[in-house]
Amino acid sequence: MSQTPVTTAIEHETTYSSTGLDSRKLGMWIFLATEVMIFSALIGALLSAKQRSPADANDMLNIPITGINTFVLIISSFMVAMALQSALNNNQKRVRLFLLATLGLGATFLGIQMFEYRTLLHEGFTPTTTPFSGAFFTVTGLHGFHVFIGLILILWLLPQVFKGKFGPHNYMRIEVFGLYWHFVDIVWIMLFTLVYLL
Amino acid sequence: MEATIEANAYDNRGWIRHGGRKLSDYFVFNTDHKVIGIQYMVVAFIFFIIGGLLAETMRTELAAPGTQFVGGSSYNQLFTLHGTIMIFLWIIPAFVGLANYAVPLMLGANDMAFPKLNAFSFWLTIPGAILLIASFFVGGAESGWTAYPPLSLQTPAGQTLWAIALQFIGFASIFSAINFLVTIFNMRAPGMTLMRMPLLAWSMIATSIIIILGTPVLSAALAMLTVERLLGANFFSGGVGGDPLMWQNLFWFYSHPAVYIMILPGFGIISEVIPVFSRKPIFGYKLIAFSSLAIAIFGFLVWAHHMFTSGMDPFLRVPFMITSMIIAVPTGVKIFSWLATIWGGKLRFTTPMMFALAFISMFVIGGISGVFLASVPIDIHVQDTYFVVAHLHYVLFGGSVMAIYAGVYFWYPKITGRMYSERMGKLHFWMNFIGFNITFLPQHVLGLQGMPRRVADYAPEFMLWNLVSTLGSFLLAASTLPFLWTAVASLFKGKPAGNNPWRSLTLDWTVTSPPPIHNYPVPPVVTSDPYGYGERTIVQPPVPVPAPSGGGGD
Repeated sequence: MSQTPVTTAIEHETTYSSTGLDSRKLGMWIFLATEVMIFSALIGALLSAKQRSPADANDMLNIPITGINTFVLIISSFMVAMALQSALNNNQKRVRLFLLATLGLGATFLGIQMFEYRTLLHEGFTPTTTPFSGAFFTVTGLHGFHVFIGLILILWLLPQVFKGKFGPHNYMRIEVFGLYWHFVDIVWIMLFTLVYLL
Repeated sequence: MEATIEANAYDNRGWIRHGGRKLSDYFVFNTDHKVIGIQYMVVAFIFFIIGGLLAETMRTELAAPGTQFVGGSSYNQLFTLHGTIMIFLWIIPAFVGLANYAVPLMLGANDMAFPKLNAFSFWLTIPGAILLIASFFVGGAESGWTAYPPLSLQTPAGQTLWAIALQFIGFASIFSAINFLVTIFNMRAPGMTLMRMPLLAWSMIATSIIIILGTPVLSAALAMLTVERLLGANFFSGGVGGDPLMWQNLFWFYSHPAVYIMILPGFGIISEVIPVFSRKPIFGYKLIAFSSLAIAIFGFLVWAHHMFTSGMDPFLRVPFMITSMIIAVPTGVKIFSWLATIWGGKLRFTTPMMFALAFISMFVIGGISGVFLASVPIDIHVQDTYFVVAHLHYVLFGGSVMAIYAGVYFWYPKITGRMYSERMGKLHFWMNFIGFNITFLPQHVLGLQGMPRRVADYAPEFMLWNLVSTLGSFLLAASTLPFLWTAVASLFKGKPAGNNPWRSLTLDWTVTSPPPIHNYPVPPVVTSDPYGYGERTIVQPPVPVPAPSGGGGD
């Protein structure tokens, strides 16, 4: 038999998908697989650089303040989850509130990271000091860049939120953004453990 | 984001256009997958010519021993740029272009899953290409396409531009891979189960998996190289605590799988061409589909075979030798499936079929010398000789480029609505095939005699085969002329092709040539597999698709 298209009139739905998964969600998951690989490569290089650096190479890192920063990022992840839940409950006020909270916490994280960088550079912990320090700035810098992109995405979502665009039938953008934001959060938990604590 | 009929109508307002009706539609940010496919193919072909001219310059220099007109650092720049352009701006984008055009049509989809992202990927390639060319003029990258440190840390500023250029092209590649995966999984027409997909779609799944998991590792390595060059971090430079082998590990973790990025779409194209011109169902559909996935997985377990002489742990060479040999098995499975498809078929020797048959034979030669190189004792002797150059050109030119030509001739009637000139096509084929073999076959001999690669000068005893190779390369370069002639002249003078000049059974041939702007206003329903040639009835004429309201496109 040949592959013959039968021209029965089937309504081509706007959200047609062969697997039933939303394309945007599937696309984001695949993108996150890419992100896993880029961070794996960098973290591998960082661990290797740490071995080739003096044993006290990471003694200058400020663990208490970074611990607080980790907490800030985890809370922001919780805020995104709440924003999505509020959209599903059609509570517009809380969607706005929680997304603004995410924005604030993300910005706080970046602020604390900038402060940390500045202190480290002042104390002589620069990219050239040891193999570890170079890897430290590369990896945490790339993570900070991801947080920054996340903030831009929130700034793109917020006008839509204020127009009341999201609700129980239209929440995919928040969900897909949430996937990204949770991923950035999880990467940071990995980095905090591997870079600072170990 | 989904391609709806409304969203798919011709649109030339604003800065985002959709559909190609006028010539100017091809020079802007256009979200039509058919336009993007053509954009990719044309840009890639321009870079093929540039990369080819660089190669001819090198071959002319190598015609006789001694340094005639390029030597030293300019020769280094030539082969660096030649390799980088041919890989990142010719083979990969040319395949992306062909697949961009064909895959949505073959799946019965109206467009890719993310049309804007698709256009973005293409336009991300352009700044990458410009930076790469610019790197040549600021005193460029001289460390080969592999950019091994410490050499790549000592070369002039062009190397930094080179790294940033590849970063752009890499992300373009990643975004288009995401697009292909989502399109193939989510945009299939009703009834198009995974096992009814044309094999090109399967090979694009495998290719995209490799891009998704491999390219980011290259991005990471390039980022480290850039940071080291600009900020003085110590990742790769020995002596200050860096590890040059780390670059090689990261680079080949991407770049070995990358050779499958450059061949798997070719496998897909050949799997389309062979059954159509043999008038037989493809032999071993599932074997071909799953062997692509096997290649995608095994491709990540073989990278250190590029590093046998690098000073890596000698014991580790054994497992990598074994995996490198194992990966020849799924490839062999495909070769035998194609041979079994041809066996007893009613062959039609059209130009795409000729290129497909050349692909099989040339790729087998390159594949077998690849198994030689996977073996540690042989590799230690021929590492960095012309044997490697011969091997990689047999797989990348004899394999990938032949497959690209097969695909271009195969879909030319669909893309343009007109037939190419079969006479010019045959002339192109024979000049190409003979020129290719005269150029690269002698390089095996040179390599075994011990001539090192990447040098502008050589000992006088290598003269004879170098001269032969150079003469062959002129024939190879000249073979591009009949192709260009028919590609351009047939646009105007070619015979009208009709919907299905090859009597193919895949969905792309059921629409008009060129296809309407929104491919399938009424989604086709698929009831059987795409390779049922001669199975029960003669080929049924395709059911015409109702004329789209937006008019035909070009």
